[in-house]
Amino acid sequence: MTDGPTETEARSGSEDMPLRSLQNAHDESPRYYASDDELLEFYRQMLLIRRFEEKAGQLYGLGLIGGFCHLYIGQEAVAIGLQSALDNDKDSVITGYRDHGHMLAYGIDPNVIMAELTGRQAGISKGKGGSMHMFSTEHKFYGGHGIVGAQVALGGGLALAHQYREDGGICLAYFGDGAANQGQVYETFNMASLWKLPIVFVVENNQYAMGTSTARSSAETEFYKRGTAFRIPGMDVNGMDVLEVRNAAEIALAHVRGGNGPVLMELNTYRYRGHSMSDPAKYRTRDEVQGQREHNDPIEKAKKELIERGRSEDDLRAIDKEIRARVAEAADFAESSPEPEPSELHTDVLVGTY
Amino acid sequence: MTVETQKTAASEKAAGKKGVGADGERRLNMIDAINDALDIMLDRDPNVVVMGEDVGYFGGVFRCTAGLQEKHGKTRVFDTPISECGIIGVAVGMGAYGLRPVPEIQFADYIYPGLDQLISEAARLRYRSAAEYIAPMTVRSPFGGGIFGGQTHSQSPEAIFSHVSGLKTVIPSNPYDAKGLLIASIEDNDPVIFFEPKRIYNGPFNGYYDKPVEPWKKHAQSIVPEGHYRVELGKARKVTEGDELTVLAYGTMVHVAEAVCAAKGVNAEILDLRTIVPLDIEAIEASVKKTGRCLIVHEATRTSGFGAELSALVTERCFYHLEAAVERVTGFDTPYPHSLEWAYFPGPVRIGEAIDKILSE
Ligand SMILES: Cc1ncc(C[n+]2csc(CCOP(=O)(O)OP(=O)(O)O)c2C)c(N)n1
Ligand SMILES: [Mg+2]
Repeated sequence: MTDGPTETEARSGSEDMPLRSLQNAHDESPRYYASDDELLEFYRQMLLIRRFEEKAGQLYGLGLIGGFCHLYIGQEAVAIGLQSALDNDKDSVITGYRDHGHMLAYGIDPNVIMAELTGRQAGISKGKGGSMHMFSTEHKFYGGHGIVGAQVALGGGLALAHQYREDGGICLAYFGDGAANQGQVYETFNMASLWKLPIVFVVENNQYAMGTSTARSSAETEFYKRGTAFRIPGMDVNGMDVLEVRNAAEIALAHVRGGNGPVLMELNTYRYRGHSMSDPAKYRTRDEVQGQREHNDPIEKAKKELIERGRSEDDLRAIDKEIRARVAEAADFAESSPEPEPSELHTDVLVGTY
Repeated sequence: MTVETQKTAASEKAAGKKGVGADGERRLNMIDAINDALDIMLDRDPNVVVMGEDVGYFGGVFRCTAGLQEKHGKTRVFDTPISECGIIGVAVGMGAYGLRPVPEIQFADYIYPGLDQLISEAARLRYRSAAEYIAPMTVRSPFGGGIFGGQTHSQSPEAIFSHVSGLKTVIPSNPYDAKGLLIASIEDNDPVIFFEPKRIYNGPFNGYYDKPVEPWKKHAQSIVPEGHYRVELGKARKVTEGDELTVLAYGTMVHVAEAVCAAKGVNAEILDLRTIVPLDIEAIEASVKKTGRCLIVHEATRTSGFGAELSALVTERCFYHLEAAVERVTGFDTPYPHSLEWAYFPGPVRIGEAIDKILSE
C-alpha cells in the first residue's frame, strides 16, 4: 500500500488543475482513432448486445425468464468502449445488475449467458445467479450484483488486491447514477485515493434510477465532480459514441496504470427500455426516448461512420443477420437446457454441506 | 364491523366508489389497504411523513403510496436518493425531534445498509436516553418470496429484527389487518419494522403455485372499513378454530397453512401471529395446551429463524401438554434461489408431510 498524499500534495492549493488534467487531455482530442477493422468490430459487439437484449426481452415476455431482468439497450457504447481498452489478462471488472452487456463485451458465449437468464444448469452461474448475478473467473469479471452500490466497495478491494500482488492489473468498477448516492461509494473513494488504488470508477449516467431522474435525487448531477473532495480526477464523457468512450478510457487507464490512483469517469448515456421488464415508464415522455434513439444511437452512429468509410450496407446487413442467428441459437440453447437438479439448491452455500 | 362503518360503505356504494361490491362492503387488496392507512395517518397527524425511493412522484414500485404526494404535498410525501443507511438514519433523527416518519425500504433485501442505524440508533435511543428520546418510526418494507425474485428480492429477514431488543416487528397477512396494524404501528412510540408479504399484495396466494390465485375480494379479510381503526400490536388472530393441532404462521404462510389443512381435512387451530415482537404468547399457549400438537411455518431460513424461538417458547410453556415434538416447516438454510423456487418454497407438500408426522405421534 502506498502512502497517502504528501503534505505539499495535500495542500496544493484549492486550484484543482490535477483534477481536471485528464478531462483537458480528453477534450483536446476526444475521439479514438479506430482502424476500419476495429470500428467494424466495435459495431459488431455493440450490435450483439442490442440483439441479445432484444431477445432477452422477448423471452421474458414469453415467461421463459422470470423475476428481474434489466436490459442494456442504449448503453452499448459504454461497455464496448471501455472494455476494449482493457488488458484482459490482468484487469478486473465489476458492475451492478444491468450486466449482460458487460459479459458479452468479453466475447463470452451468448449461450451460457442466456441460459443463466432462464435459470438453467448450463448457465454461466449454473442458474443460481440469474440475470443480475453473473460471473466469469476466466475473464476476471467479478459480477453482476443486485444490491445497488455494493459492487463499488468490492471494486476497491479488487484494486487493492491488484496493488498488493503487484500484478499490473487495474479494476474497472461500474455503477449507476442512482447508485452514486450510496454512502459506501464515498467511503471507497476516500480509501482508493488515500491508498492510490488502481481503479477506474465508472458512473453510467443513464439519467434515471428506476423512476427517479438525477435531478430529483442528486444534489450534484455532474457525477464526475463527485471525486473532487477526495482528490480523484474526474472525466465527463459522451457515452453514446464508442470512439469517445474508448478515447477517454485510454487516458484514464494510462493515469491509473501509472500509479497515480483512481479516476472517476462519468459516461453520459441513456437506457431506451424500462428500468426492468416491469416498468411502466411513466416518468419520462415517449418523445424523450424517441429523440435519443433517433439522434443519439451509438450503433447507428458507428454504422454511419462505417458506411462513410466505404462499408456497404449489404455487408452490414449480413452482419446483422449473422448476429440475429447467433442470438436465436442462444435462445434455443437457453430454452432447451435442463433446469438444475433440486440437490443444487444446497450446494455452494459453504465449502462443505452441513 | 360497526353499524357506522357499514353505513359508510353503503354510501360509498351509492357513490359508485372503488372497491365496493354488490353486498355494499368495501373490499380492498393489500396495496390499497396500506395506501388507505397512510392516507388516513397523513390526514390525522401533521407529524407523519412518508419517504423513500420512488414513493412520491412514482407512487412506489408496488403502488402502495400512489396518489399520496399529489394529495398531501411534497413536504409530507417525498422521494429519497438510493441511500438506505441515510434514509433510516434521517428517520431516527426526525423521530427524536417529534416527527413520525414512515420510511419505505423498497425491498426488505435492501434494508441491510440501514441496519447500523436501525440496531445501534433506532432500537437503542429510548434505552440510552432513559426514554427522554424515542424513535417513533415505522419502516415499511415488502418482503418474502414466491415472485421469482431470487436472492436479492425474496428474503424474509424478520428474525434479524426480532433478535434486536428495542424494535417491534409486524407482518400482516391480509388487507384488514394491514391497514389496522399499520395505523397502530405509526401511532406506536417505538420503532416498528413493518414487513409486507409482497406475494399476497394482490391476492391470498396459498402455495398451490400451479393454480390461479383468487383475488382478495373473495376473501373475508378484504373487507376494509373506511376511516381510522387499529389492530393492536401483540394480538394474534385465530384463523380457524380446531383441536387436532395448532399451526403458528404469519404473512403468506397463513394462507398456505390454511389451504393445506383444508385440503387434508385436518381440524387445525391456525394462529396468525400478526406481530412477532410483541408476541401473543398467551394465545399460543392456550391453543397448544388445548391441541397438544404444534406446527410452525415460515418462509425464512431455518437456523435461528423465528420458528426456533417459537419452538423454544412452546416447549418451555406447554411441555407437559405436548403429545408430539414441535415441528417446523421453513425455508432451507440457503440463499433464496433463482431457479427451482417451488422446490425451495415451504409449500403444501412439506407442510402436509409435517402435519402427517405430528398427527401420527
Ligand atoms: C440497496 C438497494 N436499494 C435499492 C435497490 C432497488 N433498485 C434496483 S436498481 C435501482 C435503481 C438504480 O439506478 P442506477 O444506479 O441509476 O442504475 P440503472 O438502473 O440506471 O442502471 C433501485 C432503486 C437495490 N437493488 N438495492
Ligand atoms: Mg441510472
